[in-house]
Formats: sequence, C-alpha cells, structure tokens
Amino acid sequence: MSLYGADLWALLPELIVLATACLVIVLDPITSASRRDLLAWLSVGALAICLGLTGWQISLENVRVSAFSDLVAIDAYARFWKILLYSVTGVTIILSLPYLKAERIHVGEYYGFILLALSGMLVMVSAVDLLTIYLGTELMSLSLYVMAGLNRSKLRSLEASAKYFVLGAFSSGILLYGISLLYGLAGSTRLVSIAGAIGTRGADDPLVLIATILVAVGFGFKLAAVPFHMWTPDVYQGAPTSVTAFMAVAAKAASFAAFIRVFVEGLGGLKADWSILFLIISIVTLLLGNVVAIVQTNIKRMLAYSSIVHAGYALIGFVAAGRGDGLSGGTPGLASVMMYLAIYSFMTLGAFAVIGMLRKGGIEGEEIEDFTGLAKRQPLAAFFMLVFMASLAGIPPTAGFIAKFYVFMAAVDAGMAWLAALALIFAAVSAYYYMRVVMVMYMRDPSPSSVAPPHLSTSPALSVVLACAVVGVILFGLFPNPLVSFALQSVLTLK
Amino acid sequence: MTSSFPWLSLLLLLPLAGAVAMSFATESTARWIALVATLGDLCVALPLWWLFDPQATQMQFTEHVAWITAPPIYYSLGLDGISLPLVLMTVGIMPLCVLASWNAITTRVPGFMAMLLIMETAMVGVFVSLDFVLFYIFWEAMLIPMYLLIGVWGGANRLYAAIKFFLYTLAGSMLLLVAILVLYYYGGHTFDILALSQGTYPASLQMWLFLAFFAAFAVKVPMFPFHTWLPDAHVEAPTAGSVILASILLKMGTYGFLRFSLPMLPDASHVFTPMMVVLSIIAIIYGAYMALAQVDLKKLIAYSSVSHMGFVTLGLFVLNQQGIEGAVLQMVNHGITTGGLFLCVGIIYERTHSRLIADNVGLASPMPQYATLLVIFALSSLGLPGTNSFVGEFLVLVGTFSWSKIATAVASLGIILAATYLLWMVQRVVFGVPAEHHLPKLRDLNRREFATLVPLVLLIFWIGLYPNPLLSRMHQSVTNTIASMSREKVAPTAHPSARITEPLLVEREGPLEIQGGLR
Repeated sequence: MSLYGADLWALLPELIVLATACLVIVLDPITSASRRDLLAWLSVGALAICLGLTGWQISLENVRVSAFSDLVAIDAYARFWKILLYSVTGVTIILSLPYLKAERIHVGEYYGFILLALSGMLVMVSAVDLLTIYLGTELMSLSLYVMAGLNRSKLRSLEASAKYFVLGAFSSGILLYGISLLYGLAGSTRLVSIAGAIGTRGADDPLVLIATILVAVGFGFKLAAVPFHMWTPDVYQGAPTSVTAFMAVAAKAASFAAFIRVFVEGLGGLKADWSILFLIISIVTLLLGNVVAIVQTNIKRMLAYSSIVHAGYALIGFVAAGRGDGLSGGTPGLASVMMYLAIYSFMTLGAFAVIGMLRKGGIEGEEIEDFTGLAKRQPLAAFFMLVFMASLAGIPPTAGFIAKFYVFMAAVDAGMAWLAALALIFAAVSAYYYMRVVMVMYMRDPSPSSVAPPHLSTSPALSVVLACAVVGVILFGLFPNPLVSFALQSVLTLK
Repeated sequence: MTSSFPWLSLLLLLPLAGAVAMSFATESTARWIALVATLGDLCVALPLWWLFDPQATQMQFTEHVAWITAPPIYYSLGLDGISLPLVLMTVGIMPLCVLASWNAITTRVPGFMAMLLIMETAMVGVFVSLDFVLFYIFWEAMLIPMYLLIGVWGGANRLYAAIKFFLYTLAGSMLLLVAILVLYYYGGHTFDILALSQGTYPASLQMWLFLAFFAAFAVKVPMFPFHTWLPDAHVEAPTAGSVILASILLKMGTYGFLRFSLPMLPDASHVFTPMMVVLSIIAIIYGAYMALAQVDLKKLIAYSSVSHMGFVTLGLFVLNQQGIEGAVLQMVNHGITTGGLFLCVGIIYERTHSRLIADNVGLASPMPQYATLLVIFALSSLGLPGTNSFVGEFLVLVGTFSWSKIATAVASLGIILAATYLLWMVQRVVFGVPAEHHLPKLRDLNRREFATLVPLVLLIFWIGLYPNPLLSRMHQSVTNTIASMSREKVAPTAHPSARITEPLLVEREGPLEIQGGLR
C-alpha cells in the first residue's frame, strides 16, 4: 500500500483539482444564482492550495518520481508547468467573473469545465506515456469544445465550438494514428521504450519517420503552428473572451509541455530530422502569422494570429535545442521555450483581460476601433494595455523582451544567427500591429458621432490581478533571474 | 579613478523618480516636478565635469553589479572622455525642453512630462552603459516614449510620422540584437563592452557584424539613405520632441559607431571606410540641397541636421585623431546649435501657429531679442569662426584632408551650402516686412523663453572661443579608441573559412586573451 500512498502523494494537487471540479458541478444546481460567485472563489481557493502544495513538494524533493507504473513522472519539469498552469487558471477564473456576468452567461458549470480542462493539462505535462498524454489532451480539448460554445445565444460562439470540435477531433485522430504506429514499432507506449526502439531500429526507418510526422502534425494543431493553424482565428474570435484567453494561454502552454517531452524524451533520437521539420514550420508560422495579423480589425483575431506567431518564436527555441550538441547543448533552448511560454502567458492573459472588460453599450467591444481614445476615458486601463502590447512586441524593459532574448540567444548558440536575424525582422513587423492598438488608444480622439462610448466592466479582484500582471511584466523584464534559474533547473530533469 | 559615490545611478534614477511622481501630479505640479527633476539631474551631472580626470585611460565613475546570472549580464556603468560631453549635453538640454513645453503643451501634461523624464533616463543610460545588453535595453526603452511624444502631442500628420519613426528604428535595432548575441559567443561569453572591444574576431564575421551595427546606427544618425523618417518625425513632433530628437537621439547613432563599430570591428571599419565616407558626403551635400528647397522651418532644420550629421560620420570614419575629436565635438555642437534652432521655431510657432517661412517674415523689428538669438544660432550652424561649429567642422575637415583631399573639397561645399540656406532663411525671417495681421501676436521673448535660449548661446561662444577644456577631456579616450583599432587584432590563422553560422568552439574554450592592455 505504501507504493499507492506515494503515487497519491505525488499526484495530490491533480486530485484536488479533479475533486474540486466534481464538487463545483455537484454544487452548481443547489447554488442560487446570486451566490454563484462562491463557486468561482472555491475554484480559486483550490488552485491556491495546489499552487502552495506544488511549491512545497518542489522544496521537499526535486528528483524525478515515477508514479502509476511509470505512466506519469513528477519531476521539476512537470512542476514548472504545473505552477504556471495553476496561476494562469486562477487568473482566468478571476477575469471570467465580471466578464461572464456582463455577457449574462454566468453559469456554474463553467468553473467545473475549467478545472476539468486543467486536470487534462496537468496530466499532459507530467505523463511519460503516449496514451496517457493522449488522454490528457482529450480531457482538455473536450472541456474546451464545450466552453467555446458557452454563449449559446451567439452564432459565432456556436460556430467556434463546432469548428474547434471538428478540427480538434481530426487532429486527435492523426495524433492517435502516429501513436499507434509508434506502439507497433516499440511494443509499448512508454516514451522510454519508444526511445529505445528508435535507438535499435535507427533513425532512417521510414516507419519511424512517418510516425514522427503524424505526431508532429497532431501537436501542430494543438500548438496552432502554421499550416495547422486554420481553426485558431475563428475559434478565438467566436469563443467568449475569457475562454479565448484560457485557450490561448493554458492550452498552448500544456500542449508545448507535452510536445517537448514527447519529442525530447521519446523521439530524441530523431533530433536531426525533426529539428529541420520544425525549423521550416517556425519560419512559415512567423511569416504567415505576422503578415495576416497586420490586416486584422478585430482585436481577438489579431491576438489569435499573435498567438500563432508566438508559437513560432517558441519553436525557434525548440529548434535550437534540437540543433545543440548533446543533451546539455539543448538545455538553454528548452529553458528558453519554457520561459517564453511563461512570459507569453501573462502578457496575453493581461491583454485578453482588458479586452474582456471593454463594453460598448450592452455588448462586447472587440473591434480595434473600439479602443479609440481609451487613454482619455480610462487612462489606467490604456496604460496596462500599452504595457502588454509593448511586451508582446518584445520591447525592453518588459518581460516580452527577456523571453525573446533567451530564445534568440539559444538560436545563436546553436549556430543559427541567420534564423535569429530573420525572426527579429519579423518581430519588427509584429510591432506594427501591436503599436496600432496603442496608436488607437492614445492618439485618436473618439468620434463624436459614436452612439455608445465604450466603458469598462471590472471588479476589484480583476483590477488587483491586472495590476499584478503589469507589475510582473515589468519586474520580470528588469529582474528575470528567478524565472531563468527556475526554468534552467527544471529542464535538467528532462531525460 | 573609481568613485565610490554612485553618481551615474543617481543620474539615471532621478528622472525616473520624477516620472513615477507624475502619476500623482496635476497639470501645474507636473511642470514643476519635471523642472526640478531635470535641474536636479543637471546638478548631479555638473560636478562630474570637474571630478573627471582627463589623464585617466580607464572608465571613470564605474559601477559594476551582477544583474542576470545566466548569461552573465551586469549593471555596469562608466564614463570616459567620449561619453562625458554627451551625458552633460543630454542633462543640460532636458531642463530647456521642459521650459520650452511649459505653455506649449496643454493636454495630458503629466503624461508628457513623464515621457520626457523616461527619455532622459534612457538617453543617459545609453551613454553610460558598459554592458552590451544593458545598453540595448536603454536603447530600445526610448522607442515607446518617443513614439508617444510624437504621436500624442505632435502635429497634424503625427500618426504617420510616429509609426514611421518607430518601425525604422526598431527594424534597425533588431539586427543590433543579433550582432550582440553573436559577439557574446565569439567574444568569450561576455557582454562586457570593454572586454569585447579587446577581442579578436575573424574578418568575415566582422563584415557581417559591421553591417548589423550599421543597420541600427545608420538609421539613428540618420545616414543617407536611411534618413527619410527624420524630416517627418521632426516636423510632427512637439518642440521638445524635436529638440530631443535632434540634439540627443541622433548622437546615439554616431556614439554607437564610435563606441562599438570602431574598436570591436577595426578590420571591417577599415574596409567599409570608403563606403561610409561616400555616404557621409552624400548626406552633407544632399541634406544641404534639400534644406535649400524647404519652405517649412522645421523641415529646413531637419535636413540641415542630415547634412551636419554627415560631418560627424565623416570625421569618425577617416579614422584619425583630428577627425574623431572633431566628430565628438561636432556631436555636442550640433546638439547645442540645432537644439537652439528648434527652440526658436517652437517659440515663433506658439505665436503665429505656423512654421512656414512665408508666414514668419520680418521679425527683427517686432521681436529684436528673438531675432538676435536666431541669427546667432544660424551663424553657429553654418560654422562661423568664433562659434562652436567652426571648431568641430574644421577638425573634421583637417582629419579628412589627410585621408583624401577630394573628399575634403567636396565636404567643404556643404559648409558653403549651409551658409546659403541658413543666411537665406535668416534674410527672410528676420528682415523683410511682417504681415499686418501677425503683428499683434509678435511679442518678444518673455523671461522663460529667454532663459531657455541664453544658456545655449553662452555654450556656443564658450566652445567656439575656448574649446580646450572639452577637447582635453576627450583626448585620452579618442587616443585609446584609435590605439585599439591599430592593434594587430586578427591572427593570420584565425578561422579563414569561418562563417557567421558556425559556432566557434575554439574561442569558447578559454577566457578571452587580452592583448596590449590598453583599456
């Protein structure tokens, strides 16, 4: 029994999340509409406990613990992502509260679904078995399909849900096909066994390559990398803004976590092959994402393309890790991807939080034009948006610069200065569309003919969280040391 | 001399504290906070002039604190004879900018003053950074405040000008970042500017790095053909923005060439010298011709800046003592003189609400004080003996003469053209018959405006008549720069086939070998 005890202890935070999800769904029917806020705070409280617990576990033992007969591995790498996921989920719930009320879709099961999706993500970041990873992605995706269609009265929301479901299911199928091929090769779905089988069969085996490509395509959908990005703009635009924020941040981070583990631990032997594959994908992603983002007029669509672009930047760090010599050669690259996503998460969440707050009359103001003159009416919100946009553009002294700095440093270290130069030119392009938001907020006066001037719907908790995000974005830009060392230590546990 | 007192940190923090204080300020208090912060910064900076040891070969007032551990990045500051005059010029110009905006800026005053103060921190930071990443952060931190200064408080076509400025400078500096990262790996895993200046780099790598540096610095200077953002930005920016752009921001490009391109990439600098000289001379002549054709006062001065900055880059790239000293002196001179000219345009714009020469004629009789000062600035700008620009341009031309007599002759044409467009401008603006309906508006300078212009006039004559204190302070640093260039830096066997994309394992093994010991 002591073995099971150890397993449960390792997975305790996940179990708390899952239990809270069930509790929220059970409590929802017996909670009156006026007290539904409590469900949100219950979820946030549970997340805070998990965050503290994971932090405590890190301080206790930081070696790799395998649990449930090697289906999951609790290591520093998994804990890095877990801490990130708990935080962004908590922030998402806080920013959802005023948004859902304003949109009149404040339902209790929303929090249940968020926590279920989070459980799936937690499985993804710690699983070392392909089928377990697949289970995690499906739990996450199914919850997100429902959440995307939460606004039943809005056609766009339903369309987003349907599109997301069809394309998501399709990509899951491809991923599963790749997994089955790998199982056929290795006789096991454990990443360790797959790595061993690839070692004996050699990297030139066509079957191995086909399986790798299929797995890459499956993950490409989840990461929203070009050319598997088609669903992103429509889904991001149609889904309720709080759900969009959650998809853009948490789902992307969890997908990257699983993606890195699969390709490093399982398919590390094919480094030379997949690094070229992802090199091409990252360049195409940067090119297409940046160019198309320029012409967007809807800010959620613009941020959808921006999230595609940021996946491209993160992939550069991953490619650099693949091109590095030996495992230690890959460390800075992988650490840079982890830092990139952590920083990306908070600046994107912040931007979506401001968008979710913006109301025009009774409805959501989500055109870039709706931000016109925001600096005059809401100077603080406009300033927050300015900081997030500057950070997304990667301009110092914000955290976004630090994120790019480490990714490009890894690229130059791997001997790909030309790639860094190319990506930085794209970064200059991206500054145009981020700065356009700033321009609209600060430099245009609202036209007197506009019927309903946009205003903000906010809550004290959201204001506090937003202020923290702004301070964080600037502080991590100035003092990135803690994040850097945390990422560097965490990545070392990756086998 | 290493001073224990953190002069430079204080210099950086004071304006930043003022900017933070702006979030609690009202319109009237904002102006006073900004004035106190900038004057306070000036009071901190002035003692450095006397504390500075002109004989010392090292950086002075250094501060060195570990900042980021992996990779090793330091909060590392210091001054030498090249950065000292530029820092003093920066903190000297800023109070004048605040004074010039006193009545001209009426909307969102705290925001405006906060942007000015953040700019001051970033600009001083660029000149005092001794760590390449720190330098880059200050360099880029200027973008957003300047973008807002032009875009929020600028003229009619401000949106276009603001985004053009932003994208031009950003695109240039992106390549600089790649160059910094490449240098880190080739230069012994350090971002220390002084250590990198001692390094040896393969010649082919130097060419690439030079071009990357060139992209960032040439846009900022701006050198022909990257100058097109400048007239737009100058014309649309508010007066203080134009002054900051002309007096300080443009110097960052030339400072970058002098601090990084020359000592770190001496071989490439030698190879590219003909190109740089030709581009400089084109800028001198082309800028002057464009200035001749302008009807807008701000545009005229903007193109004259292109022309004058051509002299600075010319002086830098003839690569000798006189040329470089003249270039540094000319950086300061251009800051003083062009700053004064832009302040003059701002003053007349507040009265007539027009920058067109045709709308501002015959100011001598209604505004005698103003007309006098304007003439002095114009004469300084065209390099009249006895004013500051004469000394700088003379040194640059002497330096150029030993490099090429033809280049000197052609560059000298620029001075003649400068005399033409400036005297012609003076003739129209100062003399002539003022328009009847403008007369009631043409009050002469008030005390505040007088106070903004007179310090610059005094500096013009001080440098023009007695430049020695300034030259003696920069002499040792310029000598160092030239010495670090003439050292045989490239070992004959150093990776003849090396490409930029190949990580050089050999250089990563041990610490960088330091040659010569000239720092």
